[in-house]
Amino acid sequence: MIDFSSTLKISLRSLKVNKMRSVLTSLGIIIGVAAVIIMLSIGEGAKQRITKDIESMGSNILMIMSGSTTSGGVRMGSGSQPTLTLKDAEAIVKNCPSVKFAAPTVNGVQQIIYSNQNWSTSVYGVTPEYMEVQLWEIESGRGLNRDDIKNNTKSALIGATVAQNLFGDVNPVNKVIRIGGMPFKVVGLLKEKGQNGMGQDKDDTVLVPVTTAQKKLFGTSFPGTVKFINIQAKDADSLTSAEEEIKELLRERHRIGKNDDDDFTIRNFTQMLETVKQASNTMAILLGAIASVSLLVGGIGIMNIMLVSVTERTKEIGIRMAIGAKSLDIQIQFLMEALVLSMIGGIIGIISGVIIAQLIGTFSEMKVAITLMPILLSFGFSGLVGVAFGYYPAYKASMLNPIDALRYE
Amino acid sequence: MSLIEIKNLIKTYQTGDSSFNALDDVSLTVEEGEFVAIMGTSGSGKSTFMNTLGCLDKPTSGSYHLDGIDVLSLNADKLSEIRNLKLGFVFQGFNLIPRTTALENVEMPMIYKGIPPQERIEKARYALEIVGLKQRENHLPNQMSGGQQQRVAIARAIVNDAPIILADEPTGNLDTKTSIEVMEFFVNLNEKAGKTIILVTHEPDIAEYSKRVVRFKDGKIISDKPRAEAFV
Repeated sequence: MIDFSSTLKISLRSLKVNKMRSVLTSLGIIIGVAAVIIMLSIGEGAKQRITKDIESMGSNILMIMSGSTTSGGVRMGSGSQPTLTLKDAEAIVKNCPSVKFAAPTVNGVQQIIYSNQNWSTSVYGVTPEYMEVQLWEIESGRGLNRDDIKNNTKSALIGATVAQNLFGDVNPVNKVIRIGGMPFKVVGLLKEKGQNGMGQDKDDTVLVPVTTAQKKLFGTSFPGTVKFINIQAKDADSLTSAEEEIKELLRERHRIGKNDDDDFTIRNFTQMLETVKQASNTMAILLGAIASVSLLVGGIGIMNIMLVSVTERTKEIGIRMAIGAKSLDIQIQFLMEALVLSMIGGIIGIISGVIIAQLIGTFSEMKVAITLMPILLSFGFSGLVGVAFGYYPAYKASMLNPIDALRYE
Repeated sequence: MSLIEIKNLIKTYQTGDSSFNALDDVSLTVEEGEFVAIMGTSGSGKSTFMNTLGCLDKPTSGSYHLDGIDVLSLNADKLSEIRNLKLGFVFQGFNLIPRTTALENVEMPMIYKGIPPQERIEKARYALEIVGLKQRENHLPNQMSGGQQQRVAIARAIVNDAPIILADEPTGNLDTKTSIEVMEFFVNLNEKAGKTIILVTHEPDIAEYSKRVVRFKDGKIISDKPRAEAFV
């Protein structure tokens, strides 16, 4: 029968006797555990930021862009030839069962003026669906509606950054601003979204009806065309089928021959970001793995010091054996000592790891997310290190011959 | 059956090409309640014999029955159990565990016996009281005199109620006055508590306290007499 509380007491006492040595030995584990927690927290933070970006883009999004022109062998790049139209968008919603919303968009940079303030920003010509697809919400006022599109009204929704720069603290709703010299009425203020993953300010934007933008703001030699159509699929699983349906429909509508290239490109942003997310996951695991190497080194330190301790206390082991300690009793005593060393190291490591991770999160641009998983993981791992590296010294102690140990000086 | 029955014990040490018999065909029987002094010069084999008796060392050949148990056939853990339950050790160098209080030192055999903490403390206190160190239970070995340390060791040897006490030069590190005190404890334990005591010493003064004197020389028993006849 093993009396664990007595064994624990004995272990704590022998660790207390060599305070400096115990602290230095634990330091290896402390650094290892802290490193694992910091690394995994940074990795988790990056993952959360990317996830948030994906969500802020709207979920299950495809983007159709106009194709490129080739003029005298010079290819002009995506969108140089506007081939997509509002009618395409309508047809997509009507004919593609996997598509929930299609939001045709034109955009460009325009100067916005209100009284004596001016501000240059991206102006998007959109339909009401755009709000759904891009997850815009209205802070005050109203959104764009069907009538705005139908009647080419000069209504505008402005983002928080634009409102701040033009109006300061004044409520912008129902004020008249000039976009590219033309008067527009601000019908609503968009709810703040913040920055996206690339550090771009999403609130630095103005939304106007797509028809108004086509006709009044961005004059083009191809009337009725849009630059891109944002598509929201019914769900994540129908993204691929939506892509195929759209491709088929547009090739048919644009009368593209069997052997000709598409005059549009479809981009799957969710997939792209999913890849980035996976990459950051891999990164986090890699960082954690590197950090756990220091845990391993800490474990070797424990083993080293335990071997020294066994040699130093050979006589004590002999006395214990003479008065009735079995080999298991001796083994557990030393194992307990190694375990206490590594667990105390683990606890201090967790505390310092969490504190350092918090400081990194506070004082740097990096986002840090501390979750329970790495804490439990590294604590369990430090315990495991204690047992694994304490085992051999403990075994060595338990295998001593009592008479030899007793005679040891 | 006798408490201790040893027959034809041989212990051979191999050093290089030559071998040397530390114990050379030793046979001895000890009955319950005896107080035996084992005497001899250093190198006579008395310490080797004591270690074998204490189940700490195994002989090369021979037989040893302790309380009817054939101890030479037992494994290391079984031997630990025998030492724990049947034998109490008192060493020349006290062999207390350093940085551990007197009370905890006395508790130790009971930890390995599996006695619950509360009972352990009570029994350890009682044992310390018997050796007259009740008020020193929280002292560390290095805070006590040699005599006090040896009394703690005696308390540790008797606390598990072992029937046999093995004392290896218990007064070797003590002055005469303290030696007498310690020896009186052994006499008391033998006469009042009925413990069987086997004591190794090279001092005739100490052997005087025993009832039977066994002399070793060159690994053999050369005489085995009642005390009264031993010193003539």
